[in-house]
Amino acid sequence: MSTNPMHQFNVYRIGPEINLGNVDISFTNASLFMIISALTIVSVLFVGTRRKAIVPTKIQLLTELSYTLVSKMISDTAGLKAKPYFPFVFSLFMFVLFCNMLGMLPYSFTVTSHIIVTFALAAIIFLGVTIIGFVNHGIGYLKLFIPSGVPLFLLPLIVIIEIISYLSRPVSLSVRLFANMMAGHTMLKVFGGFVISLGVLGGLLPLSFTVALTGLEILIAFLQAYVFAILTCIYLNDALNLKH
Amino acid sequence: MVRNYLKLIGFFIFLSGNCFAANEGMPQLNPDYWISQIFWVMLIFGTLYVILWKAILPKINENLENRKSQILTDLDEAQELKNQSEKKISEYNMILSKAKQDAKKILDGTRKKISLDIENKNNQFNLEINKEIENAEKEIKTLKLSSIKDINKISIETSSEIVRKMVGTEINSSSVSAAVEDISKKEIIKYI
Repeated sequence: MSTNPMHQFNVYRIGPEINLGNVDISFTNASLFMIISALTIVSVLFVGTRRKAIVPTKIQLLTELSYTLVSKMISDTAGLKAKPYFPFVFSLFMFVLFCNMLGMLPYSFTVTSHIIVTFALAAIIFLGVTIIGFVNHGIGYLKLFIPSGVPLFLLPLIVIIEIISYLSRPVSLSVRLFANMMAGHTMLKVFGGFVISLGVLGGLLPLSFTVALTGLEILIAFLQAYVFAILTCIYLNDALNLKH
Repeated sequence: MVRNYLKLIGFFIFLSGNCFAANEGMPQLNPDYWISQIFWVMLIFGTLYVILWKAILPKINENLENRKSQILTDLDEAQELKNQSEKKISEYNMILSKAKQDAKKILDGTRKKISLDIENKNNQFNLEINKEIENAEKEIKTLKLSSIKDINKISIETSSEIVRKMVGTEINSSSVSAAVEDISKKEIIKYI
């Protein structure tokens, strides 16, 4: 079954079955890789902040670069009001990035290639942003659905479109990440299969493809984490600085 | 209840995706472990968020701020030192120019003083010389005058002696002196 390109996405239970009430919340390989990602992030950041040198060491530089990257991203897109949400966006960015990157290791499991995981994250963002919007602007947050300068007769249509686009945010956010991760890994697996089936000489071409694709996938892994974080910032911006 | 609902959604998605998801299908759409995944992602992401928020990020922020303030204070210090050195340089230049002026003043004063002194000394010297010359001349004059008297006396005695020896008679000294005086008055102009 391991030649099936979808096999790598299988989730299986590790250890005993855990039931909460009648719900199965067993520890799975996905959970394992989430924990590995989180531990990697915490240990990298911990090592990076252990010594507070004025001239940073390499790993300290890494943590500070990621910090400034996200802090610049959030202040550029959502302004100063979004500062309290910086830890959340930073955690989100790091979590998605490390899940993506760890998924690039052979025989590992890509947490973010599961729609339910990305959807859970997107749902938190969606609910959080909506709550923040209503807390900050009250019922006036609904003005988000009424763009300025729209002719009156078009307004009902536009409002419906805006509402649909708002409600589809978590779907687009989660599907974008999940689809990118899944497609990339499936493609790598398919080309890897070609290498085996075409033999020593014929396998060279797909092998080089696989190498190139691995580079591309690493780029995409970073890019999707960045996009996920920056879209969160943009949604936050809508909720904090209502433009319409 | 929730699980059944999710299973239903998964089934619909599964049906719609059935055409491209082959026999095994997409494991992502198998709802068996959905609840488990949601639970674990919430738990782990939540823990990660709290750890980063409370423990890690303040440290990074503190360090970045420290560096920023350190750089700022260093820049301030450098600026202050620069200002100080500029002040010192201008002070030094001022002192130098003042010293130059003073030196010039002193030089001028000394020169003037010396020339005045020289002039004074010269004048005094000239005055003294003149006085000396005058004195000497006076002395010479008196000497001359007294010598004339002596000469007259000697001439009178000599002439009266000559006359006594030659003639053998005493002549009146007053007439001899009158004659000598007469001649000496005529002849004295040659010597004075």
